[in-house]
Amino acid sequence: MFGNLSHLALQQYWFVIVSLLGSILVFLFFVQGGQTFIFRIGKTESERTIIVNALGRKWEFTFTTLVTFGGAFFASFPLFYATSFGGAYWVWMAILFAFVIQAVSYEFRTKASNFLGQRTYEVFLFINGMLGTLLVGVAVATFFSGAQFSLDEMNSVTWATGARGLEAALSLFNLSLGLTVFFLARVLGLLYFMLTIDNGNIIARAKKALLYNAIPFVAFFLLFAGWLMLRDGFAVDPLTGKVSMEHYKYLHNLLAMPAVLVLFLVGVLAVLGGIASGLMKERGNGIWFSGPGTVLVVFSLFMLAGFNNTAFYPSAHDLQSSLTISNASSSHYTLVAMSWVSLFVPFVLAYIVIAWRAINKKKIDENEMQEGPHVY
Amino acid sequence: MIDVFDMSLVDWSRGQFALTAMFHWIFVPLTLGLSFIVAFMHTIYVRSGDEAWKRITKFWMKLFGINFAIGVSTGIILEFEFGTNWSNYSWFVGDIFGAPLAIEGILAFFLESTFIAVMFFGWNKVSKRFHLAASWLTAFGANLSAVWILVANAWMQKPVGTAFNPETARNEMTNFWDVIFSDVAVNKFLHTVTSSFLLASVFVIAVSAWFLLRKREVLFAKRSTIVASVFGVIAGFATIFTGDTSARIVARQQPMKFAAMEALYEGQSHAPLVAIGAMRTDTTRQPNPRENFIFKIEIPNALSYMVFLTPSGFVPGISDLVFGNEERGLLSYDEKIERGAVAIQTLKELKRARDRGDDVTYAALLEKFKDPQWLEDYYKHFGYGYYKGRELKELIPNVKMNFYSFHIMVILGIHFLILSLIVLWLSLKNRWGDRKWLLWVALLTLPLPWIASQCGWIVAELGRQPWVVYELMPTLSAVTKLKPGAVQLTFWIFLVTFTALFIAEIRIMLSQIKKGPGGK
Repeated sequence: MFGNLSHLALQQYWFVIVSLLGSILVFLFFVQGGQTFIFRIGKTESERTIIVNALGRKWEFTFTTLVTFGGAFFASFPLFYATSFGGAYWVWMAILFAFVIQAVSYEFRTKASNFLGQRTYEVFLFINGMLGTLLVGVAVATFFSGAQFSLDEMNSVTWATGARGLEAALSLFNLSLGLTVFFLARVLGLLYFMLTIDNGNIIARAKKALLYNAIPFVAFFLLFAGWLMLRDGFAVDPLTGKVSMEHYKYLHNLLAMPAVLVLFLVGVLAVLGGIASGLMKERGNGIWFSGPGTVLVVFSLFMLAGFNNTAFYPSAHDLQSSLTISNASSSHYTLVAMSWVSLFVPFVLAYIVIAWRAINKKKIDENEMQEGPHVY
Repeated sequence: MIDVFDMSLVDWSRGQFALTAMFHWIFVPLTLGLSFIVAFMHTIYVRSGDEAWKRITKFWMKLFGINFAIGVSTGIILEFEFGTNWSNYSWFVGDIFGAPLAIEGILAFFLESTFIAVMFFGWNKVSKRFHLAASWLTAFGANLSAVWILVANAWMQKPVGTAFNPETARNEMTNFWDVIFSDVAVNKFLHTVTSSFLLASVFVIAVSAWFLLRKREVLFAKRSTIVASVFGVIAGFATIFTGDTSARIVARQQPMKFAAMEALYEGQSHAPLVAIGAMRTDTTRQPNPRENFIFKIEIPNALSYMVFLTPSGFVPGISDLVFGNEERGLLSYDEKIERGAVAIQTLKELKRARDRGDDVTYAALLEKFKDPQWLEDYYKHFGYGYYKGRELKELIPNVKMNFYSFHIMVILGIHFLILSLIVLWLSLKNRWGDRKWLLWVALLTLPLPWIASQCGWIVAELGRQPWVVYELMPTLSAVTKLKPGAVQLTFWIFLVTFTALFIAEIRIMLSQIKKGPGGK
C-alpha cells in the first residue's frame, strides 16, 4: 500500500500527520490554559483542588501528544528536528523545563512531606501554563517568519545569534502568535471547566473570565492572521529547490488550496461558536466546538507553512538553508515503515475516547475530592 | 568538515545526557516492575473479591503513581536532548533512530497514559473487569515503551539494517526487522526489563520487611512479599540468563567494551574471569598508562568459556585491539584510522564533485560506496577517521569505571536472586518474618538494585565510548555546536531541579510508606 507511493507523497502524508499532532496538541493546551487560572478562579483551598483535579485527569494526554509530536517530527523530518532543537537551544530548553516541572506537580501537590510545599507546585503549574503555550506559539511562528540558522555541507547547524532562538520572542509577529496560543489555551481551559466541574462559584468566575480572555484572543488572532496574509513568504522553486521571498506567499497558498481555506474558515467559526456558546449558555459544552475548531485552524496553518512549494522551516539568515518537506525528510523506506505504524492512530484515538468517557461520566465536585480514590 | 573539536563541549554535553539519563533511570525500572506487581495483586483481588487484596493493590498503586510522575518528568528531556545537544547525530542517524522513538510515542506512551488514568480513578467509575484491564494495559504500555527506546539504543551499539547513503551523507534504514530483532536489541530488552522486575520485587520485599520488623500490617506485608518473591525469583533467573547472553554478545560485537569490563590488556586463550579485584593506575607506562590489579581473585578459564563456551577460546585484550594482532586477524587502530580517513576523504570529494558539476568523478566515487569490498575495507572504519592526528587513548573507554560497574552489577544481581529464593522458600513455609536479621538484610538491600541497575547502564554506555554509533560516529562529531557555557548552565539547572524533585519523591514515598495501606 504505502510502498507504491512516491517519496514526495509520503513526505506530504507525514507532514499531514505531524501537523495533525501539532493541532491536537494546541487543543489539548486547554490543560495549560486551565493551569493559569488556579489562583484566579480557585479562591479557596477546595476550589483550587477541584480545578487541579479536573485538569489532572487530562494532563498526560497533552504531555504524551507533545512527546509524540517530537518523536514523529524526528522520525519523519530528522533534519528539522536536528536543526530546530539543536539550533534554537534556549527556546526549546525553556519549553522543556516548563514541562519537566509540570509532570510532578499534580502528583506531588497535596502529598505529605512534599519538600517544596503545595504552593510551589501550584506555581509550577502556572509557569507551565504560561511559558509552555507562549513559547510554543513563538516557536511555531518562526515557520512563517524564519529562524536564524545556516547549514553546512554535512547539514550541521550554526545559529547566527547568541540568544539561540530566544531572539524569536522579540519579534512582534512571533509574539502575536505566541499570545494567540496563550489566550486560546486559557479560553479552552475555561470551557473545559464549564464542561466538567460541578461548582457554582467556579463556573460563575470561569464565565466572567471567558469574556476577558476571548477578547485578547480574538484581537491577537486577527493581528497574526492579517499579518500572515500580508507578509512575504518563503517560496521554493520545485525544479531547482532554490528558496526565494514571495510577496503575499501565505495568502497565495490559502487561495491556491481551497480545501485549506474551507478548513480554516470552518475552524475559525467553530472556535468563535464555542466561545459564544460558553458566554451565553448556563452550562456549556462549548469546548466541543472550540476544541475541534482549534484543530482545524492550526492544521490549516501548518498546511500553509509546508505545502504549495513553501519552506516550512525557513532560515531568515541564510535562505538556501531553509527546510522543506522534501529536503528535511527521512528516506522512502523509513517513511513507508512509519506509515504502517500510523495505521494504529485511529485505534489509539478510539481507546482514548473510551477512557475519556469512562472517567468523565460524572462531573467533578467537592464530594469526590473528599471521597475519591485518587486525589491530586 | 569538523576541524576543531571542543572537548569541553563534548564532555559537558555527555555529562548532561548522563545526568538526565541516570536521574530518569532511578524511576523507570521501578515503574516497569511495579506496574506488573500491581496488576498481579489487582487480579488476585478481582478473582477473590477479598477486600484485603484491594487494600494491598491500592497501597502499591499509590507508590507506583508517585514514582511514575517523576519518571515522566525526567523522561521528556531525554527525547528532546537528542536534538538539542546531539543534533549532528540526530541528522546522521535520524532515519533509523527516530522511527522507534515515534513508534514509542504512538503505540506505547498513549497506551500507558490513557489507561493509567482509568487505573487511578476507575475504582468506582468503571466495571471491575475494565478496571483490571486498565492495570494490565498500563503495565504493558510501560514495558512497550521500553521496547522501542531499547531498540534505538541497541542500534547505537550494533548498527544493523542500515546503509550509508553518500548522496545525503547519512545512514538510512534498509531493513526495519533487522533493526528491531537484532540480537543486541532482543537481549537488551529482555535483560533490562527482567532486571527491572527484579528491582521492583526487591523494593516490595524490602518495604514489606520494614512493616514486619515493626509488626505492623502483617497480613498486608506477608501477602505483598509472596507476590514479590515469586516474581523476583522468576525475574532473577531471567536476569542472570539474559545477562550471560549479553556478555557473550558484547564480547563478539564490542570486544573493546568487553576487554574494559574485565580490565584485560593482553589477550589470551584459557582466559580467567576476575571474580573480584581492585585496581591502581600505572602511569609509568607512558603514553599508554594502564590499570594494574592490586589484588584479584580469578576463576581459571571462565572468561574464555563464557564467550566461546570452550576454555581454549582467545579473548582479545585492549592491547591487541589498539595495536593489532596479526595472528588473530585484528587490525590496529592506526590502520583503522587511516582507512576511516580515506572513507571520510572520499565522501568529501564526492560532495565537491557534485557541487562543481563534475558528473564523471561523482559517478566514479559513488560507485565506491556501492562496492561491498570497499565498504568492508574502508567505510566500516568511517568513525575512526575522525581520530587522525589524535591520541590513541581517546579510543579506549574508562577501564576502571567499566570494570567496577560490571562486577558490582553481577555480584549484586546474584545477591538479589539468592535473597528472593530465601524469601520465597520461607514465605511458602509461612516462616518469613521469624528471623529478624533476615528482615534486616532484606530492608538494607533496598537501595542496592538501583546501584546495580545504574552500573549496568554505565557499562553499556561508557563501555561504548568514544562512539555514539559504534565505530561509525564518535561523540565528538555528534555534538551540537554550542558554547560550552550554555551546556554548563543547563547542566546545573537540571542538576538542581532534578535533585529537588528527587528529594521530594523520596520524602513523599517514605511518608506514604509510613502511613501504610490504611493511610490516605
